[in-house]
Amino acid sequence: MLLTLLFVSLLVFVVVRVLPGDPALIMLGIEASPDAVARMREALGLDRPVPVQYAEWASRAVLGDLGRSIQYDVPVAGLIASRLSVTLPLTIMAAALMVMAAIPLGVFAATRHRRWGDYAAMTLSQLGIAVPGFWAGLLLILLFSVKLGWFQAGGFDGWGQGVGRALKSLLLPAIALGLFQFAVLARTTRSALLEVLREEYVKTARAKGVAERAVIFRHALKNAMIPILTVAGVQLGQLMAGSIILESVFYLPGLGRLALGAISARDLPVVQGVVLSVASAIVVINAAVDILYGMLDPRIRYE
Amino acid sequence: MNETPHPGPLPTGERGSDRLPLLSREGVEARVRRPWRRALKHVTFTVGLAITALLLLTAALSLGYTPRDPLEMSMEARLQVPSVAHPLGTDQFGRDLLSRIMVGAVTAILVGVIAVGIGVGFGVLLGMLSGYFGGWLDEIFMRLMDAVQGFPAILSALLITAVFKPGLAITMVAIGVSFLPIFARLTRAAFLELRDREFVLAARALGAGDAAIIGRHILPNTLAPLIVQASISFPVAILAEAALSYLGLGTQPPNPSWGLMLRESQAFLGMSPWFAVFPGTAIALTVLGLNLLGDGLRDLLDPKMMS
Repeated sequence: MLLTLLFVSLLVFVVVRVLPGDPALIMLGIEASPDAVARMREALGLDRPVPVQYAEWASRAVLGDLGRSIQYDVPVAGLIASRLSVTLPLTIMAAALMVMAAIPLGVFAATRHRRWGDYAAMTLSQLGIAVPGFWAGLLLILLFSVKLGWFQAGGFDGWGQGVGRALKSLLLPAIALGLFQFAVLARTTRSALLEVLREEYVKTARAKGVAERAVIFRHALKNAMIPILTVAGVQLGQLMAGSIILESVFYLPGLGRLALGAISARDLPVVQGVVLSVASAIVVINAAVDILYGMLDPRIRYE
Repeated sequence: MNETPHPGPLPTGERGSDRLPLLSREGVEARVRRPWRRALKHVTFTVGLAITALLLLTAALSLGYTPRDPLEMSMEARLQVPSVAHPLGTDQFGRDLLSRIMVGAVTAILVGVIAVGIGVGFGVLLGMLSGYFGGWLDEIFMRLMDAVQGFPAILSALLITAVFKPGLAITMVAIGVSFLPIFARLTRAAFLELRDREFVLAARALGAGDAAIIGRHILPNTLAPLIVQASISFPVAILAEAALSYLGLGTQPPNPSWGLMLRESQAFLGMSPWFAVFPGTAIALTVLGLNLLGDGLRDLLDPKMMS
């Protein structure tokens, strides 16, 4: 995992510092005076060899120092931490909704394999996969905010105004965010359960007269949970990345809007910091899922 | 961190060769001699094929003909509801939505083809080298792929647009890069499985070099899963382009892109809901058709994974 994280940081560094030629010029714009550019270059340490720049930048990042925002003139790490109070709850809420809806639907479909219930559930999941999350968000706003007036059309007043109110303004975005992954997880649940239901021990359980309900939930689903949880774990990272998009639809002040705002303000350290943190989080989540997978299923061995 | 059993493409069906239906003589003949007839009996595949054909026809037609000029503005005809003159209404500049959605199909297909092309091209190359040669090269390539997996298209696009001007080319690269790990892993797995098989050893014994073994003997045998994965990735690319253009990181105005249209529609959601409905429907329908086609293709190419 350390090697992987090293590669993550290298990728970010190469794109921001090496590919464009002169980051100082990008931050200040081409009409900047040569003097200002030279000062910026010095401030960023661009006058030193590239490997030295990388080593310095990476070792600071490891200690949590992601540099200073040009736009706000505060440490990037602090900015990211404050915006996480929106992005993280949104991601977790979407993940919870996804799991709560997808596993029952998958079980429903698998226990009605190749019958109407199965086809209906799979049609629903096909739709969930086809509808882009941000469009689902727009449609939810159209229905629940514009037509029915039950929710505000976006925005977030912070946690200070009450937890219930904050959660309410995250509900529609969380639904739109979780939709795609919900559909994928429902299909995973269905196929994992179908596979287990064909095992000999399920036949044994049925033969000795165990009630069908107990066969499904106690014998089959328990073992099917291993692939289901693996997929759900990987989806957690996807949801985090997806929240960047949904924050824009609902005007939520999270990491995504921070990064998008930083792009228009040419605030490179902020973009760099956000991308580095989210990408590292995804890599760590994926690695954790791998380890968990090995622990849940002793048949899987690592060399 | 060692071997990573990436979940990969999600199996939608049951696996297990013990359930394979025994084929009658006619069944075998149908499978071998009449693949098209068999394919067209597959409902999922046929519906997917029909929708995809519609998409391709729309895109092809729009290159030569659209009901109106997709870029022509008309201040009198702003944000109109669907009518005979404008079957899908107009946008905030009075441009004909039907024409713009038709031209948007070209953008969608273009992004799908190029992004998947980048993913397949570089992914297969990396996977091939990794699986065939193994050792430290394999270790480094695979850890690199783990790292790339931390960059969904949205993150690479954010990063690249921070230093370069946003545009369609960057979108395609960002999406294509996000496809690298899956194609590399698939190819690597196939190469690991095949590289010590008898036919490969026989070829080597006959004096074939590495390049010939890789290109002529192993690679052709890895095509089926790669084709299936490409068909799965294509709609994913279209969704990603729409999302990036919606954020303003993809296609730039005044070029028509479905995602960009939705971005523009949001300001007029209360006044003109149609404007937000039609481009989204175009995306959803396209992705649905391509997904059905991909599912059907997988069933047909890989009978072991019948759903």
